[in-house]
Amino acid sequence: MPVITYREALNQALAEELERDPRVFLMGEEVGQFNGAYKVSEGLLAKFGPKRIIDTPISEAGFIGLGVGASMLGLRPVIELMFWSFYSVAFDQILNNAANVRYMSGGQINCPIVIRGPANGGTNVGATHSHTPENVCANHPGVKVVVPATAYDAKGLLKAAIRDNDPVMFMENTILYNDKMEVPSEEYLIPLGKADVKREGKDLTIIAHGRSVIQSLKAAEVLQEKHNISVEVVDLRSIRPLDEAAILASVRKTHRALLVEENKPFCGVDAQIAYLIQDKAFDDLDAPVKRVSAIDAPQIYSSPLEKEQLPTPQRILDAALGVCR
Amino acid sequence: MSNPSADTQRDSAASPHISPFVNAPVNKVLKPSQKIDLYRLMMRIRRFEERSLRAYQAGKIGGFLHLYIGQEAVAVGCCSMMGKDDHVITAYRDHGHAIAVGMDTKALMAELYGKATGCSKGKGGSMHYFAPHLNFWGGHGIVGGQIPLGTGLAFAVKYLERKGAAMAFMGDGAVNQGAVHEAFNLAALWNLPVVFVIENNRYSMGTSQERSSAGHTLAERAAGYSMAWDVCNGHDVYEVREKADKFLTLAREQNKPSVLEIDTYRYRGHSVADPDKTYRSKTEIEEYQRTKDPLNLFRSCLEAEGVLTTEIIEKIDAEARAEADLATEFAEASPYPTVEDITKDIYWEEDNPSHKTSQGTIIFE
Ligand SMILES: Cc1ncc(C[n+]2csc(CCOP(=O)(O)OP(=O)(O)O)c2C)c(N)n1
Ligand SMILES: [Mg+2]
Repeated sequence: MPVITYREALNQALAEELERDPRVFLMGEEVGQFNGAYKVSEGLLAKFGPKRIIDTPISEAGFIGLGVGASMLGLRPVIELMFWSFYSVAFDQILNNAANVRYMSGGQINCPIVIRGPANGGTNVGATHSHTPENVCANHPGVKVVVPATAYDAKGLLKAAIRDNDPVMFMENTILYNDKMEVPSEEYLIPLGKADVKREGKDLTIIAHGRSVIQSLKAAEVLQEKHNISVEVVDLRSIRPLDEAAILASVRKTHRALLVEENKPFCGVDAQIAYLIQDKAFDDLDAPVKRVSAIDAPQIYSSPLEKEQLPTPQRILDAALGVCR
Repeated sequence: MSNPSADTQRDSAASPHISPFVNAPVNKVLKPSQKIDLYRLMMRIRRFEERSLRAYQAGKIGGFLHLYIGQEAVAVGCCSMMGKDDHVITAYRDHGHAIAVGMDTKALMAELYGKATGCSKGKGGSMHYFAPHLNFWGGHGIVGGQIPLGTGLAFAVKYLERKGAAMAFMGDGAVNQGAVHEAFNLAALWNLPVVFVIENNRYSMGTSQERSSAGHTLAERAAGYSMAWDVCNGHDVYEVREKADKFLTLAREQNKPSVLEIDTYRYRGHSVADPDKTYRSKTEIEEYQRTKDPLNLFRSCLEAEGVLTTEIIEKIDAEARAEADLATEFAEASPYPTVEDITKDIYWEEDNPSHKTSQGTIIFE
């Protein structure tokens, strides 16, 4: 099986879907001539031409709204946000227009649009550029939210997102772009709303999404080696739809749950998951559910401190020991 | 950069450049020492930027670093016209403005290093410098986001019945943000004393003006709001002063907003991460460095005016380099913030507990 990066996986997903469906186009800042600010769209302009790989001015509200409008007429836009942090200037287009138009039209209209780009902290760029809005987006019925942690998932999920008939917010991670793994060359899709057990275990369930999955896997290894605690790591992959069954199955197996995410704690994704577990699996629990989130402050610029602000393997490990005590 | 001073080296064969604005009233009144100060300021910015680039390349600083090299005459020219009730706000390419308003380069460099002694205690970084005590309101990372804020500064100046103005700087790419146009309309509708300054360095990241902006000149968009506008040669600090003064005066005296588009050029990539290979030619950059460098042009003009001598030039350069080195040493020797510092400076009330009136949990675990 070929070994490719998370970035290449996304690139392949885009190329395959552009090839398959002439209604698919890619639009965003620097996606064409510059080959993408993070090179996710490398080579696509040369292959598909300027009608389908479209460079834009710095006008997110304009071109995202345009994408929503075009999707209403049946095109399948993939819109790149250079950073998800810039979604806020297009908030109305995404979370009023794309999210609500189907409902307000009584189901007459749908918006098969994908908005994708990196959404992560940890890169020393300060508060304005480090937002992780999966919780904010998922708070809006009408949009779907996907956060892949690996190259394999990134490819299968992006292809599924492009074929999905609803607006999908697809959140990548600049720190993961160079991560490599084996990815089959045959076509595959990963359905939205299907979690993945990234590591099996019996003593504790860690539920995570995005890069927190990778950090949790690191912590899980140490917990096994040094503390003889067998950890199961459940990667949500999709935030909305959410694989409630997978979460509950794992918690019922291990009887302990630790929730890890890069979101800030207040109304983070894991607040919803904690509610779910206590609601549906209260009697299965041997210990209270715990969370590890980003330290509750705007993202600090200073690099060594920002590393501490995000869930580190050490913080995850400490919290896991607390749950297993 | 193999030779950091190559772009400011003198071309002795060239005939002296005399700015057509040397006799403009705002320049004519300057004493020789004040002219030298302008030159020194531009040189200090350049050397600071070169030094921060080296620190970045050495892995001492990370994240984004958007350098101001090539654009020095814009911030220096505009900010040199500020009175005590005038205010400045800009985007992420903010080091030049910060130095031009008088911020201490030690604190600026320490901020790049993410140190507790930085101008924002290591919390803001390169794109988010602030110095309200110098009427400098940042340093903003989201393209165009600072323009409504600048309009608000002007609103406050007028509301407080002060005779001042706000200068809101943006790049040529920022004019395509919706917030900028909403701010233009508000400023014109309500007669706010703001000068919208477009620093047109011809590119927004890898996108040239032709590929991103409809119409001819960007400032012309002001006409849609019946605002005054002008274009300006940003390689000539005297011209920048003259045109900034014209619009600042219009703002202060008549509460009229305006748009000033200043032609300039950045020598470095969009940020240090930009390989700078796909969208412009090396020849283009070299041509600007050779014929339009704002430091070279101003030096040549000041020499022709009999203000600068080789001796002073060399002294200024040596001092600017020493200052940048000192800033770096200061930054390196400074401590990082602590984990406890992460949750400080979020709410005024939490930082001023004796004035606390609200109750309940505000920072969460
Ligand atoms: C809303 C938003 N979109 C995109 C970006 C990413 N970005 C940062 S700077 C930049 C180019 C801006 O160009 P210009 O306004 O000409 O300013 P310059 O960098 O040339 O000074 C882009 C696209 C951003 N920071 N904010
Ligand atoms: Mg520009």
